[in-house]
Amino acid sequence: MASSIRVRAIANGETTDVQTLIQHPMDSGFVSDDKGEFIPAHFIQELIFEYDGRKVFVADWGTAVAKDPYVKFSFKGGNKGGELKVSWIDNKGATDTATVKIQ
Amino acid sequence: MSVRSQSRLALAALSALALSAVQPSSAADQPDPAADARAFRNYFTNKFPNVKLEDFVNGPYALNEDMRRQWEEKEQFPPYEFSLETGKELFAKPFKSGKTYADCFPHQGIGIRQNYPYFDEKEGKVITLELALNRCREANGETPISYTGEDMAALTAYMAFTSRGKPFDIKIPDDRRALQAYQNGKRYFYARRGQLNFSCATCHVQNPGQRMRAEVLAPALGILNALPIYRSEWGGMGTVSRRFTTCNSQIRGVPLEPQAEEYRDLEYYLSYVSNGLPVSGPGARP
Amino acid sequence: MTTPRSGSAFKQKDDKEAIKWLYGKTAEPSKVKLDAPEIAENGAVVPISVTTTLADVTSISFVVPENPNPLAAYYKLPPGTMPSVANRLKMAKTSNVIVIVEAGGKLYSATKEVKVTVGGCGG
Repeated sequence: MASSIRVRAIANGETTDVQTLIQHPMDSGFVSDDKGEFIPAHFIQELIFEYDGRKVFVADWGTAVAKDPYVKFSFKGGNKGGELKVSWIDNKGATDTATVKIQ
Repeated sequence: MSVRSQSRLALAALSALALSAVQPSSAADQPDPAADARAFRNYFTNKFPNVKLEDFVNGPYALNEDMRRQWEEKEQFPPYEFSLETGKELFAKPFKSGKTYADCFPHQGIGIRQNYPYFDEKEGKVITLELALNRCREANGETPISYTGEDMAALTAYMAFTSRGKPFDIKIPDDRRALQAYQNGKRYFYARRGQLNFSCATCHVQNPGQRMRAEVLAPALGILNALPIYRSEWGGMGTVSRRFTTCNSQIRGVPLEPQAEEYRDLEYYLSYVSNGLPVSGPGARP
Repeated sequence: MTTPRSGSAFKQKDDKEAIKWLYGKTAEPSKVKLDAPEIAENGAVVPISVTTTLADVTSISFVVPENPNPLAAYYKLPPGTMPSVANRLKMAKTSNVIVIVEAGGKLYSATKEVKVTVGGCGG
């Protein structure tokens, strides 16, 4: 199956516009299941974007970020064809990563 | 009797005769779907004169500016993206028989969603897209999948996506049974049910754009065009079957089995009166 | 310090006029623009974004006071990253949404109330 990470990185003059949608339950720990038991918190804690070996955006997330989280930002210096690396780690220690070419 | 009252009586009798001549005979019960569709459309365009016809398929977003902006933001990278991808994969995956879904449908199943449901004259019943998909599975040695589950939602999401923008083109063949199915669906739509004693029309014809508790009600015109939908409320994707059954539960009625005759006929009626409006699915809703 | 004009300031019916009378100038409009809906269509997914004209922005965070844990998200912006972020948050109920922008070592903020009818935390 494909990565949980979907990225669109588009060069726009001097800046690169980035949008990301990640498949992740982002369970807050406040919701109970059918049996009335709380579904444990399960959420991405850190999301890192790297270009040319350096970090261009870092997200520290809590449980109040929506399910299948989305984030949008822009940074200077990305070039068409350049590679943007996205990786995350959640509170269970699971990770995922994806690399995409800037369009 | 005086001359005056006699002539009044005569005049009254003449008028009555004249009126009865203009009255339609018992053929007034003959269904006229085309007239229904026109009247249905006109009702909504008159009620919301500032809404473009094609925009009705966007439900509450066509009627509420604040909600529309939230929807447009989310559509930049829509929440149904994952379901759509899953649907594409599922659609291409071969059955035990070696065939795929594409072999069961015209045009390999691509760009045909706007023709569903249709009336099958051989069987004498309405066939919906969801029903057709499960029949395809069974014909190829696979067990049917849940009509209200994620896989069916993913498959119909993919098929809807390949038809995006195409106008609904539901046909009613010249067959008494097709007309009956249509009428059956229409009757279901307008009949009250459940503890809340609501009909589909109560919310979606009489009160579109109004709030019912937390929700802004969608207009019935074009209401199926966006299906299947990712609902924030469900935290996931849902089919027509899921929407019909949950709707029945919400008005505290007893839901029918998914793809029950009334539901298929209802889908037939609702789709027909939205003919001409574009497929906008898969969609997103609150 | 005498404020001979304060008497007239109190008489002003317009808030901006009152401030101008009192200070002789107007307050700078907030350089932090927070975009959030009036009424969230669903508390589970509320699109919220911020943009600012401030220079040297190093971080942006979102705080929702009425959530069980008010801090929702914190974004670190290295040099060269634009001071603009859009995200989707959960809100348990009607609450202010506060955005904090760290720029040049100082903190700036903007606040907007978002009404929530269906809570995003399973309520």
